[in-house]
Amino acid sequence: MAGAKEIRGKISSIKNTQKITKAMEMVAASKMRKAQDRMRAARPYAEKIRLVIGHLRKANPDYKHPFMVERPVKNLGLIIISTDRGLCGALNTNLFKAAVTTIRTAQARGEQVQLCLIGTKAVQFFRRLGLPVLSSTAHLGDKPHIADLIGTIKVMLDAFRDAKIDRLILAHNVFVNTMTQRAELAQLLPVETRDEAELQKLWDYIYEPSARDLLDGILMRYMESQVYQGAVENVACEMAARMVAMKSASDNAGKLIGELQLIYNKARQAAITKELSEIVGGAAAV
Amino acid sequence: MANTIHLDIVSAEGEIFSGDADMVFVPASEGEIGIAPRHAPLLTTLKAGEVRVKTGNQEESFYVGGGALEIQPHRVTVLADTAARAHDLDEAAALAAKQRAQEAMADKGASISLAEAQAELARAMAQLRAIERLRKKR
Repeated sequence: MAGAKEIRGKISSIKNTQKITKAMEMVAASKMRKAQDRMRAARPYAEKIRLVIGHLRKANPDYKHPFMVERPVKNLGLIIISTDRGLCGALNTNLFKAAVTTIRTAQARGEQVQLCLIGTKAVQFFRRLGLPVLSSTAHLGDKPHIADLIGTIKVMLDAFRDAKIDRLILAHNVFVNTMTQRAELAQLLPVETRDEAELQKLWDYIYEPSARDLLDGILMRYMESQVYQGAVENVACEMAARMVAMKSASDNAGKLIGELQLIYNKARQAAITKELSEIVGGAAAV
Repeated sequence: MANTIHLDIVSAEGEIFSGDADMVFVPASEGEIGIAPRHAPLLTTLKAGEVRVKTGNQEESFYVGGGALEIQPHRVTVLADTAARAHDLDEAAALAAKQRAQEAMADKGASISLAEAQAELARAMAQLRAIERLRKKR
């Protein structure tokens, strides 16, 4: 049985750890709420821009933008959004697993894979795979700004335009609710075109300047908004996952403290009993 | 309803304005345009400037840093940029992103040792836990 003093030391150190995990839990909870708001705020833009693109496609079906052309896939591009910091449960691991599965199946089909990494964790992880990385960015913080993403995305879009990539996939975490986050891989390029029944009318816009330039700018912004949305959603996921992980860490610390307290009490009692019996034994001997 | 237009001003980072207006003035790339209800469908880009919204006698104005504008007879959508955009600016940002990727990949030595250290730490933690469990059993 360990000495009472040692156990006391251990209890106090676990209590300190518990304080830290509790604080992290609360910080993550409040940050999660803000991240969710930001996630919601980004939605109208993406919806509006999707509508405009839908109209554009309906209005001039003869012109095909390079971003909409399907090519046989020889090179696959992957944009992977991860967190910058750890201590958020299996969030990144799950995402990387899903991404690696996709990479392996693509390689099995004989496709080359090129990466674009957003977030420190992705950079650290995919460095070991040794795949070519076209662009990367990290330290976006809790409030990602679109300005920090533009360059990173442009590299991938240019690669697609120059036919260095034939398909571009965005991998990020989807916020289902506080307890559940799902890794998702969605195709960015070529733009998947759904035919919407409500837009059957034949009419055209007046374009200022030309349709090509406009479509180019709008599609680029669409891509950026998709990636931005992914980044913001990923922050919300990170915070939710961290909150849950830290909550269970605090609970475990509480359990551990309880157990140690019990051992401590037993050790203390044993010491007292021993002392008493020594005194009694000594008195009997006299 | 017939004499108002529904205006949405949205940026990628949030909705800026949504509501009905009598008339809207926007800084289009080819010059400022005023939009009244039942305007012909138009699609254009915007330059940095002021979007003015006239409702009754009131006038509100919003600053946009550029973006795109879509007009349909009773609906106007302003897709505003939050970041300053220009071709060379974008190009510079792209170059920086490429460079970051190269640096991150070149930085192999330092971070592999970090990863190794992390693995070492995990192993030590597991050992400690095992010892703890053994102790408890005794």
